[in-house]
Amino acid sequence: MPLILAALVLWAAGWTLNAVLANGPSCHTRPVRLAVPLIFGATLVVMWELVVRGAGVPAVILPPPSAIAERFAANLGLLWGDFTQTILKGAVAGYIIGNGAAFLTALLIDRSDWLRQGLLPLGNFMAALPIVGTAPILVMWFGFGWQSKAAVVVLMVYFPMLVNTVAGLAETSQMQRDLMKTYAASWSQTLWSLRLPAAQPFIFNGLKITSTLALIGAIVAEFFGSPTLGLGFRISTSIGQLDLAMVWAAIVTAALAGTAFYGVVALLENRATFWHASQRQR
Amino acid sequence: MTRIPPLLGVLAALIALWYAAVVPMNVQETLTQAQRAGAVVTPTEATARRDTSNLVLVASNLDHLGESWSLDRPRLPAPHQVVAELYISTIGEELTGRRGLVQSGSLSNRGLVYHALVTLNATFLGFLIGTGLGTLLAIGIVHSRTMDMSVMPWAIVSQTIPIVALAPMIIVVLYSVGIQGLLPKAVISAYLSFFPVVVGMVKGLRSPDAMQMDQMKTWSATSRDTLLKLRLPASTPYLFASLKIAIAASLVGAIVGELPVQKGGLGARMLAGSYYGQTAQIWAALLMAAGLAAVLVWGIGAIERRTLAKMGMSA
Repeated sequence: MPLILAALVLWAAGWTLNAVLANGPSCHTRPVRLAVPLIFGATLVVMWELVVRGAGVPAVILPPPSAIAERFAANLGLLWGDFTQTILKGAVAGYIIGNGAAFLTALLIDRSDWLRQGLLPLGNFMAALPIVGTAPILVMWFGFGWQSKAAVVVLMVYFPMLVNTVAGLAETSQMQRDLMKTYAASWSQTLWSLRLPAAQPFIFNGLKITSTLALIGAIVAEFFGSPTLGLGFRISTSIGQLDLAMVWAAIVTAALAGTAFYGVVALLENRATFWHASQRQR
Repeated sequence: MTRIPPLLGVLAALIALWYAAVVPMNVQETLTQAQRAGAVVTPTEATARRDTSNLVLVASNLDHLGESWSLDRPRLPAPHQVVAELYISTIGEELTGRRGLVQSGSLSNRGLVYHALVTLNATFLGFLIGTGLGTLLAIGIVHSRTMDMSVMPWAIVSQTIPIVALAPMIIVVLYSVGIQGLLPKAVISAYLSFFPVVVGMVKGLRSPDAMQMDQMKTWSATSRDTLLKLRLPASTPYLFASLKIAIAASLVGAIVGELPVQKGGLGARMLAGSYYGQTAQIWAALLMAAGLAAVLVWGIGAIERRTLAKMGMSA
């Protein structure tokens, strides 16, 4: 009971501190903008620890964060192996192939009006479908290795990327294209110096959306069959052993990988499209 | 209407491609069956055939490929086989099956309709919980600066995390505290549909510009009035845009949530199909899921058009 009370007191203290910081005079400065969410997150984690210990929640239901951190630190090698198998091999390979194929298809579609009218509604439709469902089929075709995971990822990222790239290529105005025409620019010159730069914000939007989809695809595909390593494998087998701390450690790994993946893409976007309105004023 | 011919053309091309791909995908099994029926196939030993590439096998056995599109357990079923399986497991099963609707008065648990309804229930429950909580959180974020600065960065970070990885654990944990059935799956659906709604609604509730907010202030409107009469109506287009994403995400959540439970639903059906090599069954379940997703998104779109037209906001 005292631990739970401590948790409540901590919550009140953290929230008051945040309220003071957020409504104070320096609320627009960078340190405060960083500190407020960090205090909030830290408060939640410490509360979790206190409540789990205070209420005596069994470790098979919810392990305390300290146990998760301990398990994470003790199994760094194992989790690194899972990380390379799922993220570096499955997700990244599929991400590159799928997005590359989608980009090339978008360029192809762009040359033919007929193809655009036929493929675009289909792409929009496919982008909303539960494509994860193809995972059992692809695992059956490509075996249990990382290749089948990459195949699932290719299918998952293809359509959102296609739709985004096609929308991006249509972004230039008639006036701008006419100007290129008066310069006697060829299709490839127009593409390279006008339309691709204009499409960049859309392309990066697609890359950001699909970075999350890629991880989901790679992990879910492992639930249908995998070699004896990989994040999805680790999660499903550790649940079988009721080793919840290990499950959480695997989820932490996936979360870190996902955030890092997204962060890299966002950083590239920041470098490449520094001129765009959404990137300026920061 | 000018969009129909290209769409049909592309669809026909895709189906033709599918039929063409069936031949090399199934060539091993086709040749084995042809050999058992007495035909002479070019590499006569099965082991030699296994080491030859499928395209080479197709090229050297052009006479014996007749069975490619009608195998019992194909690696890739032909489109008409999938459609036949879909018919048998929906209408056929209910009309003539021993446990079907006609014979027993209730939906057959071997039919896809039953499994689709199981999935749909979880999807709807999760969708309602997720959008409800998401809207409440968005209202909180818009009204409290503290909440905005504390919670919003985490909501954005959580979008980059493969949340589905939590699915099996949520189910096992809820099961061990005695909650089972619909709710665990709905929790996963809710979790997936929650964040699109939060992000969309925060944008929508903030969409009234300074002029409109000032107008409310000159009428000395309370923040409750501002919320009900300005912010919520202004956020409707944003709400519907996120609802479309959220319902598709809910369906994915429900399907993934069914993988570890194995008590009915399209996800369970797919996993069973993959265990027993019933490829046509997986494809039929997949087609059913695709149909559900299309109907759900279309339904939200229809409600959106009506609502926006009544509110005078249609584009």
